Amino acid sequence: MSEFSSFLLGTTIKCIVVIAVLIGAVAYTTWLERKVVAHLQIRWGPSRVGWHGLLQPIADVLKLLLKEDMTPGQASKFLYVLAPLIAFVPAALSITVIPFGNVAHFGSQTVRFQITDLNVGILFIFAVTSVGVYGVALGGWASNNKYSLMGGLRSSAQMISYELSLGLSVVSVLLVTGTLSLGQIVDLQGGRWFGIIPKWNIFVFPLFISFFTYFVSAIAETNRLPFDLPEAENELVAGFHTEYSSMKFGMFFLTEYINMITVSAIATTLFFGGWHGPTFGPLWLRGILPLFWFVSKIVAFLLFYIWTRGTLPRFRYDQLMAFGWKFLVPLSLANVVLTSLVVAWRA
Amino acid sequence: MTFDQILFYCLAAIAIISALMVITRRNPVHSAMFLITTLFSVAGIYLQLHAEFLAAVQVIVYVGGIMVLFLFVIMLVNLEVVSTERRFNKQWIIALIASAVLLVEFGYVIVRGGKSSLLPPVTGPAQDLTRKNSEQIGLMLYQNYMLPFEIASLLLLVAIIGAVILAKRRLASDK
Amino acid sequence: MPKNYIPILMFMALGCLFPLVTLALLRLIRPSDPHKAKLSPYECGVDPVYQPRERYTVRYYIVAILFVVFDVETVFLFPWAIRYDVLGLFGLMEMLVFLGILVVGFIWLWKQGALEWV
Repeated sequence: MSEFSSFLLGTTIKCIVVIAVLIGAVAYTTWLERKVVAHLQIRWGPSRVGWHGLLQPIADVLKLLLKEDMTPGQASKFLYVLAPLIAFVPAALSITVIPFGNVAHFGSQTVRFQITDLNVGILFIFAVTSVGVYGVALGGWASNNKYSLMGGLRSSAQMISYELSLGLSVVSVLLVTGTLSLGQIVDLQGGRWFGIIPKWNIFVFPLFISFFTYFVSAIAETNRLPFDLPEAENELVAGFHTEYSSMKFGMFFLTEYINMITVSAIATTLFFGGWHGPTFGPLWLRGILPLFWFVSKIVAFLLFYIWTRGTLPRFRYDQLMAFGWKFLVPLSLANVVLTSLVVAWRA
Repeated sequence: MTFDQILFYCLAAIAIISALMVITRRNPVHSAMFLITTLFSVAGIYLQLHAEFLAAVQVIVYVGGIMVLFLFVIMLVNLEVVSTERRFNKQWIIALIASAVLLVEFGYVIVRGGKSSLLPPVTGPAQDLTRKNSEQIGLMLYQNYMLPFEIASLLLLVAIIGAVILAKRRLASDK
Repeated sequence: MPKNYIPILMFMALGCLFPLVTLALLRLIRPSDPHKAKLSPYECGVDPVYQPRERYTVRYYIVAILFVVFDVETVFLFPWAIRYDVLGLFGLMEMLVFLGILVVGFIWLWKQGALEWV
């Protein structure tokens, strides 16, 4: 087999595995969310289907798939079908440039736990995130329903507003690392200071501010509580996906949770050392452990997401815009200047 | 034909066809969608030229920013009224003259430029240059082209002021 | 096309294929019984009185145009940040002037009330 065709085969396998794992992870994130929120509110949560409700997500998926799939009579048909696809594909795409683990050796096989490493990795992620707005805006517009349209408009205005602080907070990380490639950013975070503190970016002086601005704007970008204005159910029924049912609704649902996972993965990669963590044991274990650390960090972020959902009330829309434009944007801009001063002083 | 060439012709065809669709669709939202398709295929062509930074910026700024602005503006106008109106207004003569001038200019450049308008193939150490594309742009922009860069900030300032003043009039009339 | 973009194309193709195939396959088994009431826009059971595609507030337009301006600014920051080690103090001064001009604009529009969402 030639080198190119084995490359193609390897990549196809990787892509299929990643998509399958993502969808499985989404299913079980919903279970985790329902369970954790239930316990936060002193309820049981899913407990009937399977042990501790572990089969509940599967039942939910089956239910979604077998429901009637309606296209409302007044909708713009083509865009109505296209919108969930436009939302889903970019959300999943940003996972392609994130390294999940170190290069691992299994017998004679060498596996690199990353689909592809781009020179412009971070810019690629931003490009892909900015396309995600269209899924929401078009979904709302194409449904031709007042609630959908209001939800779509609100949601896209919110997403672009918080994209600014998202971009600005990453600039400070770049000032420290000096590269756009996520693979290299993770490599730079290997090792420890004084043998104890891991060299993660979060421990480099002003970067905890950018982590704060990054994560807050990322929660808003993914439309999660306390920023879930687009689907404020007491005002807008369900926001932009009011008219969606069955698998098409499922795609929007999938998109929201995949976004949560990718945002957590990016936060891990940029600030918490990516797959770095203690490794030991035989060679195969050394290959697997980074993957384990990476996934654990993501799960920690997801738990934080769920915790905020269980704790915080929703913003009002004017408060939300004011928070983004009057607080997060100036703060992250000031942080860029502060970081550049600190870096210049250190050099 | 190599894989790269096939890809190039596909991207170019998509760009041209969707550009035609932009000006022939009656529904402005559909036009906007086709414009986005055009922008994406142009980004793809940038990628083929190893201009990764430019391709990413094309998507971030044009698709992620300017086209969202277009969509919002389309939603600000009343579509039911627009679709019944005539689509050619009195500006068509000026538009025709302007595009004719542009066409002649392009033709002149291509004919007079001849071979010199073709880019030389990238070989040797220059390939390293394309690999570190964004880094090179950073150095060029902030060392050699400092003044244009600072002027860009003035342009952006003008854009801010213009937008706010235009919108303020609308807001005042809404009240 | 740089070789490391090929996996992204493949991922994109597979990502599009997955939902399309599921949609097409499930069409065979899921029920389909549309009627007029079901297909009408959801408005809590009341018949809609006017078209939803009306004109919306100019606020959305302001947000979008300000986003474009500051997005371009952010894009300018990226190549500067990754080459900051070489550009050094000169680069810092340059960027401070650039940001300074935009911050003046930002303060101005804040004072003008363009950031208020009423």
